[in-house]
Amino acid sequence: MIQLQNVTLTFPDGENRITAVDNASLRGNNGTVTGITGPSGSGKSSILAVAATLLRPDSGGVLIGNGSDMTDAAQLPKHEATQLRREGIGIVFQQSNLLPALTAREQLQVMARLGGGTSRNKRAKIDARVDELLDAVGLTEHAGKRTHQLSGGQRQRIAIARGLVHEPEVLLIDEPTSALDQERGAKIMELISRLTHERDTATLLVTHDLAHRHTLDDLVTVLDGRITTPIAGRALIR
Amino acid sequence: MRERKGIIVFVAWRELRFARGRFLLIGAVVALITLLVGFLSGLTGGLAAQNISSVLQLPGDRLVLQQPENSDPSYATSSLDENTVTAWEQADGVESVTPIGIVQSRASASRIDDPTGVALYGLPQHASGTQSNPLFDLAPVHDDEVGVSSGAADDLGVETGDTISITGTDFTVSVVGDDLWYSHTPVIALTPEAWSEASKRVGGTGEATVLAVTANADWEAIGAATGTVAETPLASLTALEAFQSEIGSLGLMIAMLFGISALVVGAFFTVWTMQRAGDMAVLKALGATTGSLVRDSLGQASIVLIAGIGVGLAAVIGLGTVAGQALPFIISPITTLAPAVVMAVLGLAGAAFALRSVTKADPLTALGSNR
Ligand SMILES: Nc1ncnc2c1ncn2[C@@H]1O[C@H](COP(=O)(O)OP(=O)(O)OP(=O)(O)O)[C@@H](O)[C@H]1O
Ligand SMILES: [Mg+2]
Repeated sequence: MIQLQNVTLTFPDGENRITAVDNASLRGNNGTVTGITGPSGSGKSSILAVAATLLRPDSGGVLIGNGSDMTDAAQLPKHEATQLRREGIGIVFQQSNLLPALTAREQLQVMARLGGGTSRNKRAKIDARVDELLDAVGLTEHAGKRTHQLSGGQRQRIAIARGLVHEPEVLLIDEPTSALDQERGAKIMELISRLTHERDTATLLVTHDLAHRHTLDDLVTVLDGRITTPIAGRALIR
Repeated sequence: MRERKGIIVFVAWRELRFARGRFLLIGAVVALITLLVGFLSGLTGGLAAQNISSVLQLPGDRLVLQQPENSDPSYATSSLDENTVTAWEQADGVESVTPIGIVQSRASASRIDDPTGVALYGLPQHASGTQSNPLFDLAPVHDDEVGVSSGAADDLGVETGDTISITGTDFTVSVVGDDLWYSHTPVIALTPEAWSEASKRVGGTGEATVLAVTANADWEAIGAATGTVAETPLASLTALEAFQSEIGSLGLMIAMLFGISALVVGAFFTVWTMQRAGDMAVLKALGATTGSLVRDSLGQASIVLIAGIGVGLAAVIGLGTVAGQALPFIISPITTLAPAVVMAVLGLAGAAFALRSVTKADPLTALGSNR
């Protein structure tokens, strides 16, 4: 589970600061895809960046974990936040952001080699899951291909597999369909939905494209940094 | 093995294979520069040895030369009379003084008509304070004998027992020793008396050129009182005109080559590492530690540098061995390993300089769409 509590984030803007996220609270439950939508510049990516520990909020908390075992990711020192990203969070970027020199399989294997005293044991575990995830995203046959040999949809599927290979508690996805056509977009959204349910992941998914809203379990709308509309209701905590 | 290395530089190693052409190119540049620097160093070393190898064998803590009134001291003109020698011998703290004569002249052997340029050393037997010393091993016992360095023996075509003629006087070769040179002429050693006569015949004073002094003394005070200057053996080399001009110009070329290689190699790794910043930001966002990224980048630079330098070094040794038969060329740690180490350090410095773009890579940029 991931829970944002009264998160406020500002950016310096000349003399003043602009508020990108304004006292936002939001919960993503395990086994649930929570959509975050809103107009351009409303603060969707900023919310995701805070959830991903890539930005530290001015105030508020980002609780990650289950039941009594919750960590406030917003308060972690830098190296522990890095460790959390390595072990507890999966990130799928708007652009697939794969590494051009690596094959599809290696894009997943790299997750076991990000340093920080990754134990032999953990590495073996991730390596063992690589084939399973390639299969889950339907790319076993393309495992040996490099990024430039893959289509946009295939890249995005590899990115999703990479986001899940280390079995994170939380999966954060920014605009996964923006580079894809309607049909491929739908397939990606269905894949995310299926994997989220199968793996019981708490998935937050930013999109401004509501064509695939049926694949979302929850949906919130962001306007000027504020979470305004609980469309399905459950994601908003009052 | 591959897997082990892969863990340290997983991404870097695959980039090396992916961008093979680019890395081969820079590896070749590194190899070529190593070859150039190494070759020039070997040549400089060879030339230097032909200039100074005998001077470096002179014993004592300091070498005393005449201090001319209006110019710098010089081996070619230095002449130290009896009084000066005595003054040094009796100065406070002086343990031993060995007067040595050096003059350039010609020698000829009956078998070869053309005379050969040689450096005549006037050396006493067993200079005090020296054990076995390649220069003093040449010192003959009798006034009608000479000790011949191997270079001079080759040029003259003589062996032990042969006769050679120097300034009109015949000498018997008593020993053929090591390859010692002075100012590009091979060394022949005479007794001090024979040397003094020879020196006078070629227009010299017949007096000692240099004193090898062992002492714990006030060098400057004694020098000032006697019109001499006492220098360490290395510092005294500047009193060899040929050495100064040669090493000056070759040294400048080597320094410039190092400067150029620093720029080329450093700039390549700077640009390359900066190009990787985008991928580094992605890896950081995924949870890579800065340490692992630094290892990855430096590891990559090291692999290219070591391969390039290795090839360059092999070429230096190969070509140097061939060239050594025709040119004065020295293959030693200073002329091979030293340039190699400097190249490696320069390349890594370039990569390290660019590391800021890795350590500062903002993982947030990976999230944006404008990558
Ligand atoms: N690094 C930054 N520095 C300053 N201002 C920023 C920065 N990042 C975002 N902002 C501002 O914060 C606000 C929210 O931006 P954000 O990227 O979260 O919007 P978004 O909802 O993701 O928009 P889009 O749908 O276009 O991706 C915007 O006004 C933006 O200009
Ligand atoms: Mg955005």
